[in-house]
Amino acid sequence: MKRLISLLLALSTVLAACGGNSAATPAAGGLPADAAAVAADRGLTADDVYAALKTYTPSGQLDPYIMFASGGQGGQVLVIGVPSMRILKLIGVFTPEPWQGYGYGGSSDAVLEGGYMPNGDELTWGDTHHPNLSETNGDYDGQFLFINDKANARLAVIDLRDFETKQIIKNPNAINDHGGAFVTPNTEYVIEGPQYAAPIGWEYATQAEYKDKYRGLITFWKFDRAKGRVDESKSFQIELPPYWQDLCDAGKGPSDGWFFCNSFNTELATGGAEQGLPPFEAGTTKNDTDYLHIFDWKKAEQVFQAGKAEMINGIAVIGLQTAIDENILYFAPEPKSPHGSDVTPGGEFIVVGGKLDPHVTIYSFDKIQQAIAAGGLDKDAYGVPVIPLDKVMEAQVELGLGPLHTVFDDKGYAYTSLFLDSAVARWTLGGPYASKHPEEPWTLVQKLPVQYNIGHITAAEGDTASPDGQYVVALNKWSIDRFANVGPLLPQNFQLVDISKTGDQMKVLYDMPIGMAEPHYVQIIKADKLKPFEVYPEVGWNPETMSVDPNAITTAEEARVERNGKNVEVWSTVIRSHFTPEWVEVNAGDHVVWHLTNLERTRDATHGFTISGYNINLSLEPGETQTIEFDANKAGTFSFYCTEFCSALHLEMIGYFLVKP
Amino acid sequence: MKFFSLDPDVKVLLPDGSTRHLTDYLLPSALLMLAALMLMISMFLPYWSMTMHAPQYPKGLRVDVYLNHLEGDMFEIDELNHYLGMPTLDAGGQLERSISFFAVVALGLLLIAGVFVHNQWAGVLALPVLSFPLAFLADMYLILYRYGHSIDPTSALGGAVKPFTPPLLGEGTVGQFGTVAAFGIGFYLAVGAVAVVLAGLWFHRAAYKPIVDARKRIASSGKATRA
Repeated sequence: MKRLISLLLALSTVLAACGGNSAATPAAGGLPADAAAVAADRGLTADDVYAALKTYTPSGQLDPYIMFASGGQGGQVLVIGVPSMRILKLIGVFTPEPWQGYGYGGSSDAVLEGGYMPNGDELTWGDTHHPNLSETNGDYDGQFLFINDKANARLAVIDLRDFETKQIIKNPNAINDHGGAFVTPNTEYVIEGPQYAAPIGWEYATQAEYKDKYRGLITFWKFDRAKGRVDESKSFQIELPPYWQDLCDAGKGPSDGWFFCNSFNTELATGGAEQGLPPFEAGTTKNDTDYLHIFDWKKAEQVFQAGKAEMINGIAVIGLQTAIDENILYFAPEPKSPHGSDVTPGGEFIVVGGKLDPHVTIYSFDKIQQAIAAGGLDKDAYGVPVIPLDKVMEAQVELGLGPLHTVFDDKGYAYTSLFLDSAVARWTLGGPYASKHPEEPWTLVQKLPVQYNIGHITAAEGDTASPDGQYVVALNKWSIDRFANVGPLLPQNFQLVDISKTGDQMKVLYDMPIGMAEPHYVQIIKADKLKPFEVYPEVGWNPETMSVDPNAITTAEEARVERNGKNVEVWSTVIRSHFTPEWVEVNAGDHVVWHLTNLERTRDATHGFTISGYNINLSLEPGETQTIEFDANKAGTFSFYCTEFCSALHLEMIGYFLVKP
Repeated sequence: MKFFSLDPDVKVLLPDGSTRHLTDYLLPSALLMLAALMLMISMFLPYWSMTMHAPQYPKGLRVDVYLNHLEGDMFEIDELNHYLGMPTLDAGGQLERSISFFAVVALGLLLIAGVFVHNQWAGVLALPVLSFPLAFLADMYLILYRYGHSIDPTSALGGAVKPFTPPLLGEGTVGQFGTVAAFGIGFYLAVGAVAVVLAGLWFHRAAYKPIVDARKRIASSGKATRA
């Protein structure tokens, strides 16, 4: 114990010497006696104290990084501060979210409806997988966030001025996706890859028709940054063999204009264990290699613009043969049923995690170009040119079992999640990165155990052209014994890892339970790149159009109810602590259009609005105008009230909605 | 050739034949015009401010009072004060704000007039300017008194807060708010203008009294000669 205390004392001296801008007296010269007593009492080691000091964020201090996490089956996005690992916000995306008034009567209903099935069937959840921040020159610019819904092949656009979902598009030709969303270095396109092959437009086709009728399909959604929306008319798709294309990454720097996806069913396994055929899990893993898909997307764009694509269900599709003829698509073998496909910060290499192979395989973009230029390539069963692995491989690094995803730091290290080893592998890059770290290039440096079964991994700006280092977060699928037992459905475990020191000094700093979602990928952006509104810029702001709503009113004097036959239109103002008007009466069967404007200009002065019994709930943020539209189909006396505790007279912020029989 | 010169070689000949430097006459004129300019500039600067602090307003709420308008968080303060049934901040001193521009121009013109009135009446013309800062304070106090005494007892919190007068200077308390009132740079500029006017009048007297006195002597000696 004495040794521990002296360790703590020495540590705190160092930390105190490094701090110093605090007005309060730092623990100079030693850990205060009461703090040392706490450490002793709780059995904290020196490492624990270091981790606590690295992550503890005093009240009022802000996190330097913001993390956007997919919410998995929750269908939303989580916003988390790093290194405090505090949840800052939940953004409703594919799932209605009453706290935000998302999908309960306001204009967001139309956003959700945009993602319904083509026949109008509702989809009220999503399986969010891979959030991707908009980029400028390969760096996050903090303007937009995109995320896919694996279950239904949909893409959502979140505007980071107000952290709200603005658009959901249902892919008209794919029924599921996984590889998405990925942006090109200047967010020209948001790319939604496929996963489980299906006929284009998910038309009916039998298992026996798998090879001929089932297809992979990659979608290049054109993003209109000024409008903040995907422009479907300028988007296109490319037909692919039914190889179960998976995760992708866009080239940058020298490889800008190219796009790389892995795949994991080049066996064309159709499953069917019940018929005595190999089940999918065996059939799809038979071959030693699958195909890295290499796309020349700038060429594809030219081919699309030249009209060499066929319109299918309202979107242009470049046929597989056209893609081959126009030199858009190449393959390179990759071991074995791989997972991540990640481009290095400078764009020179593509790192593929072997999943069922203990290596990461590193491909050189230069060598890919040389092999393509040399020509004479063999073709696969569908006629796609295949570049031999030895012609394009730069290196292979043996990391351990189950290598999946790779992210990067500023010191020439790469970090790969090892699912089966339940570890984070730090290894060194070669080429232009070799001089940044003290170790030999292309070697494993450290394997840090994480708890447990890490899936994705993320680092601070770790998939951009200029990673920040500092932190890695291990996104662990299982938490088992890390948290108090809360029943058989367990939280996920986000583990914050310190990567600020070189060599084998990575340390786990903090465990964060995620008990409302199963996140897949996560991105971490420097907080000062985000410039969200504090309040909406003007009173009457419509968050969908990002402009003043024509039905906004700015004073209570303008509040009114107008009747036109069976249509009743209401203009209301909302401000602490009253609605104007407070009584609204309609006749049963009337169609009601109700505009509400929050007149507040003060930060955090949000009001809610619900009408009991009508399944309506709005979140009216300062300056916001929303319009609800419904049929008064139930006669009676209903209250409407503010659902966000706004003021000392919040409970008094109520009105009556009378529906006369 | 000099672009600017106070012409030290030029002398002013007084009626009694004595001479004085031209600068003796330029100085009071310059000071009175400077004071007029300072008053004009003060129009664009705040005269008075109140900052309000409460736990839920970490940056505080602030109102800056200019001669012709208010700036700051009036919207939020009005919103809070509606719980007391108080009028909006903008409602107090509307007349004063509407005429302030013309009033300050008039004050400035009176000072300029003093440049051309070469006797003791120049001091009388300057009197409105000399009393201007005090008049501002008195009016401000009246507005604050009326404001603090306009609580509507039937309003939501009208029974909980007693009528009050926010302090003209220094700290006070209203509800959960601590208030700090302070004079603004515009007010200090107006006070400075008063000092400059006083100095100007001093030099005005030093310059023109000898002329007035010389005329008196000539007039009296003329009378004596005729007698």
